[in-house]
Amino acid sequence: MGRYLVRRLLQLVPVFIGTTLMIYLLVWKVPGDPFAGKCGDRGCPENYRAMMTEKFQLDQPWFVQYATYMKNLLQGDFGTTWSGREVGDIIATAYPNTLKLAAMALVIEAVIGLTAGVLTGLRRNGFLDNLVLVSTLFLIALPVFVVGFVLQWFFGVKWGIVTPTVSNEMRLTELILPGFVLGSASMAYIARVSRTSIAENRRADYVRTAIAKGLPMRRVVGIHLLRNSLIPVVTLLGTDLGALMGGAIITEGIFGINGVGRTVLRAIVTKESATVVSIVVVLVLVYLLMNLVVDLLYAALDPRIRYE
Amino acid sequence: MSDILVSEQSAPGADGSGRPSGRLLEVDDLRVEFRTRDGVAKVINGVTYHVDAGETLAVLGESGSGKSVTAQTIMGILDMPPGFVTGGRVRFHGKDMLTMSAEERRRIRGEGIAMIFQDSLSALNPVFTVGFQIAEQFRIRRGMSRSDAKKRAIEMLDQVKIPNAKGRFSNYPHQFSGGMRQRAMIAMSLALDPEVLIADEPTTALDVTVQAQIMDLLGELQRERRMGMILITHDLGVVADVADRIAVMYAGRIVEEADVYDLYAKPAHPYTLGLLNSIPRLDERGQQLRTIKGLPPNLMNIPPGCPFNPRCPMAQPVCRETIPPLLQIGTGRASACHFAEELVNRD
Repeated sequence: MGRYLVRRLLQLVPVFIGTTLMIYLLVWKVPGDPFAGKCGDRGCPENYRAMMTEKFQLDQPWFVQYATYMKNLLQGDFGTTWSGREVGDIIATAYPNTLKLAAMALVIEAVIGLTAGVLTGLRRNGFLDNLVLVSTLFLIALPVFVVGFVLQWFFGVKWGIVTPTVSNEMRLTELILPGFVLGSASMAYIARVSRTSIAENRRADYVRTAIAKGLPMRRVVGIHLLRNSLIPVVTLLGTDLGALMGGAIITEGIFGINGVGRTVLRAIVTKESATVVSIVVVLVLVYLLMNLVVDLLYAALDPRIRYE
Repeated sequence: MSDILVSEQSAPGADGSGRPSGRLLEVDDLRVEFRTRDGVAKVINGVTYHVDAGETLAVLGESGSGKSVTAQTIMGILDMPPGFVTGGRVRFHGKDMLTMSAEERRRIRGEGIAMIFQDSLSALNPVFTVGFQIAEQFRIRRGMSRSDAKKRAIEMLDQVKIPNAKGRFSNYPHQFSGGMRQRAMIAMSLALDPEVLIADEPTTALDVTVQAQIMDLLGELQRERRMGMILITHDLGVVADVADRIAVMYAGRIVEEADVYDLYAKPAHPYTLGLLNSIPRLDERGQQLRTIKGLPPNLMNIPPGCPFNPRCPMAQPVCRETIPPLLQIGTGRASACHFAEELVNRD
């Protein structure tokens, strides 16, 4: 187990280098001018250009820039934006917001998705089952921005149940609606996967045994059946956190949340490679670590899975 | 320890749940069918048997004869749908279990009637330790604390002769060998001191040497606890040592019921005779094994008359027309054959 963990963590190194390199190259290749619109209509003065070019090594080939960036990154320095702000600061303000939103989405999709999945998996072809099947189809088919704007208009504007946008304090109650919107598609998948999983295991011999032991139905389902049906759901949930954070860009835009999505969009337009790469690097790390957590959770959920 | 518990339980009806002098467990004219897309399969067609405290009833029959479905109906673990109970009663201490509330019935499971399953690997939950699955019953059904429940569970593992019971407590089912796993299954079923134990082919999935050990253990525990035991099997060899009475099933009916000795000495149904003749014998080495010709009937289309008539070497025109009822042909003997008397008296 310990050796497995070390091996998995070591695997992160090449993946980490590969992804950062690719993103760096992409940003470098994208057309655009760091000085565009920077100094008003007249364009930037020559000496400012020279100063910036030297400071950010803009005249150096990309691999020198990349090497410098990586060297600084390993020392914990994310670099600065064109305007001189520390990228580390930007990450520190934008990431917690996105993380909160993504976590809210994850909790909502897990709770609602699993509940719907378990209830329909136990009793298929009923009214609830059909309701869930149809509504999940809608959630999967509709793009996030449609779900977002529609719900925002109904709940925020027409009925006034919640404020249409999220304030800077990011209160939990304000995040419920954006969280629901962000997690809606995944929620539908989780409901469907857990429905299938429960229905499959419902007739398993060990469920029969549990009933024959005279355990209450609550326990048969909640302990014996659920634990066995959870593995595919955990896979979905675990890998979803990274996807939710990366995909938050639209939801953040709709509800005016100052998160990673907006920041990275602005940075791409101005070719601010340090910002783009740094933000994506953190995303990649979240992804990789969540994958590792999921693999470890397998072993916790199913003792037959052992890692050497 | 178990003696004390047995003496408490050997007074049936003391809790006022039924006639004190009645049978412990009684299946009465039970009828079950499976309604599938392809048609209705009549799986159980009027099964009647009973078991009393301290006795072992063996239910013998081929696959598909309905012996397991009867057991599942008694336990209330039949998959419904497709299964439907269309008639009959299952009385425990005289009270019909098929009409009582789900909660009442749940309380009987484990404590009144417990069950051992054939394939212990799939019957035990793969993601919980064996100890957890035994201790769980003490915690949930008896309200014991975790540590007390663990102590009792280890005692149970000890009683079924699992070496190093304490260490094995926290092992998972897949870490046990087949025989040890079936022992754990037995420990689990006996945890709540049931009055009736249903063992559904408990040794089918095991090696021959281990089979004998498990049967010995079951017999020993049954005598010690004075339980009623229903032993479901298709293996005549397993039955002989352990059973007191045997009920032979064919196509969802009991075709013969008798004491073990009588049944082996003088079978009163051609099907039983066929089964006994098909046991390989050492003094007939080198000869072809004897079989019963034909196949069990399709349960969606059972032939009219005696269901065994297409395979029966003694079949007469009457067999194709009327179903022979299960009739007494002596003390504690019954046969569902038109020619039962002739069969018994033929030598």
